[in-house]
Amino acid sequence: MSFFHIYTEYKNLDFEKYLDQVTEEDVIRIIKKKIGPDDFLNLLSPAAEGCLEQMAQRARQLSLQHFGKAVLLYTPMYIANYCVNKCAYCGFNVANKINRKQLSMDEIEAEAKAIAQTGLRHILVLTGESKAKTPVSYIVEAVKVLKKHFDSITIEIYPLTEKEYAKVIAAGVDGLTIYQEVYDQKIYDKVHLAGPKKDYKFRLDAPERASAAKIRNINIGALLGLSNWKKEAFFAGIHAQYLQNRYTDVEVGLSLPRIRPHVGIFSDIIPVTDRNLVQIMLAFRLLLPYASINLSTRENKNFRDHLIPLGVNKLSAGVSTEVGGHSKSSKGDGQFDISDTRSVAEIKESLIGKGYQPIFKDWMNI
Amino acid sequence: MSKLQIGGTDLDSRLLIGTGKFPNKQIIPRVVAACGTQVVTMALRRVDLSSQEENILEYIPKDRILLPNTSGARTAEEAVRIARMAKAMGCGNWVKIEVISDNKYLLPDNQETIKATETLAKEDFIVLPYMSPDLMAAKRMVDAGAAAVMPLGAPIGTNRGIKTRELIEILIDEIEVPIIVDAGIGKPSDAAEAMEMGSAAVLVNTAIATAEDPVAMAEAFSLAVKAGRIAYEARLGVESHQANASSPLTGFLFEGGN
Repeated sequence: MSFFHIYTEYKNLDFEKYLDQVTEEDVIRIIKKKIGPDDFLNLLSPAAEGCLEQMAQRARQLSLQHFGKAVLLYTPMYIANYCVNKCAYCGFNVANKINRKQLSMDEIEAEAKAIAQTGLRHILVLTGESKAKTPVSYIVEAVKVLKKHFDSITIEIYPLTEKEYAKVIAAGVDGLTIYQEVYDQKIYDKVHLAGPKKDYKFRLDAPERASAAKIRNINIGALLGLSNWKKEAFFAGIHAQYLQNRYTDVEVGLSLPRIRPHVGIFSDIIPVTDRNLVQIMLAFRLLLPYASINLSTRENKNFRDHLIPLGVNKLSAGVSTEVGGHSKSSKGDGQFDISDTRSVAEIKESLIGKGYQPIFKDWMNI
Repeated sequence: MSKLQIGGTDLDSRLLIGTGKFPNKQIIPRVVAACGTQVVTMALRRVDLSSQEENILEYIPKDRILLPNTSGARTAEEAVRIARMAKAMGCGNWVKIEVISDNKYLLPDNQETIKATETLAKEDFIVLPYMSPDLMAAKRMVDAGAAAVMPLGAPIGTNRGIKTRELIEILIDEIEVPIIVDAGIGKPSDAAEAMEMGSAAVLVNTAIATAEDPVAMAEAFSLAVKAGRIAYEARLGVESHQANASSPLTGFLFEGGN
């Protein structure tokens, strides 16, 4: 079994045509009950855009029930930006003439210390895709160093085999973030010009392989702006639901990354407005009340602050997308430009001000 | 009101509280004071000894019993490791076992919980297992050394009340250790209901933590738990939907002059 079968069932649906016939009455009925995939799709309709307040009320209630007034903080740590892929939308594209860098174990340690000083205990480790420069053995070594400084380690790297996931999990990784980027297979093929990332299915099944290898947390999403957002949000949501149904012990989460300015060549961005993003987030929360919803610094400070009560329970803070960005003076170039540049202390204060408890530690190596 | 005895300790308060989901940690000592709870549970996964400000233990008054829980454990083995870490970190020898491999409803895995109870009771922990109300599972937990059994009233966080009433009543009748209703209690009247049924205590978190005023809500729960317990000890009258004639069925035996 693979999510690919479910993708195939829906891929030829005319999303716009279907969604245009959904009415506000349909949406109001759905908000009040437990919802399935078809109801979820209706929540992405133009009619649902007229019911955002009702959706938000329900989403807030479900979020409080599942997560209370608590938001987990983490930060990404880029350890290398070497990449063999040609992805039209990404700053790390092999064809881009950027400053490439890979941290040594000593440099990783220095970076870890700098981040740990801010109080953060959860870290997200990122690389580009280069099995020559950053093989699994390099990731394993890095994790061993990071384990000394953090209680939870999530990786956001190229897709691995199940055996390789088992290896990094044994080394101390407890979470995996991997975005399909774009579920529409035709657009996927168009924007991934060359490199191993062209293999749509190997990437699509990566979260499932990690779940089979007994990872604790999975975070998935679509890079919004590459294709029709309604369709992409729908597939991301039912992908998460598929994973949760098959792997009941995994904590499934969703991100809503909106494409940001970057060094690169992609210019066919399909705009996703703030209102669209809120609609997606609320629909996610109503479909999966128990799933984590993760919000990155791709969004600006004011918008992030307003989204928290609507169901966000994981936030990045004190972010740099540059390799060595937390400790070094000579950094590698970043993957994209961030929008919320606040420090950990500033975000913490803002959460408390809104009546939410910032959580720094929610796991430990056992 | 009689005292509650768990693992050889006498407790005056029959309300246990959780510490997750609060808007800030600073409010916890006020909540504890308002409800007079003597046992406070916290997820060991959230205990951060590296930061005084962030360390949840700093907000629990020192004269209360810490009840670290194994939230996040997916197997008996993980629960045992977390419990041992709690002891090593200075959280005492009480432990609430939570083994959950269902991220949707957060329903406990009774079988793994029995295994963890057995291992930890042998290591002299005071073990309070969180469970789905099931008579045989509860008996096995007691045989394995559980100091109390904690059945759920409804899934965690749902505030839906004592939905498993029939099953909990059986546990109250048949299990010799205290039955503490944990999870699902959404309002003080639910807590009173559990206590009137004969539960030894209740554990409340979400209903207090997510209230507009958690301190006032903690006090309300404390009063409801006391009222329910006193009512139970005073033996409730039997409910009836109509007025009762004195002896409609056997009165004939006493008629006449015999």
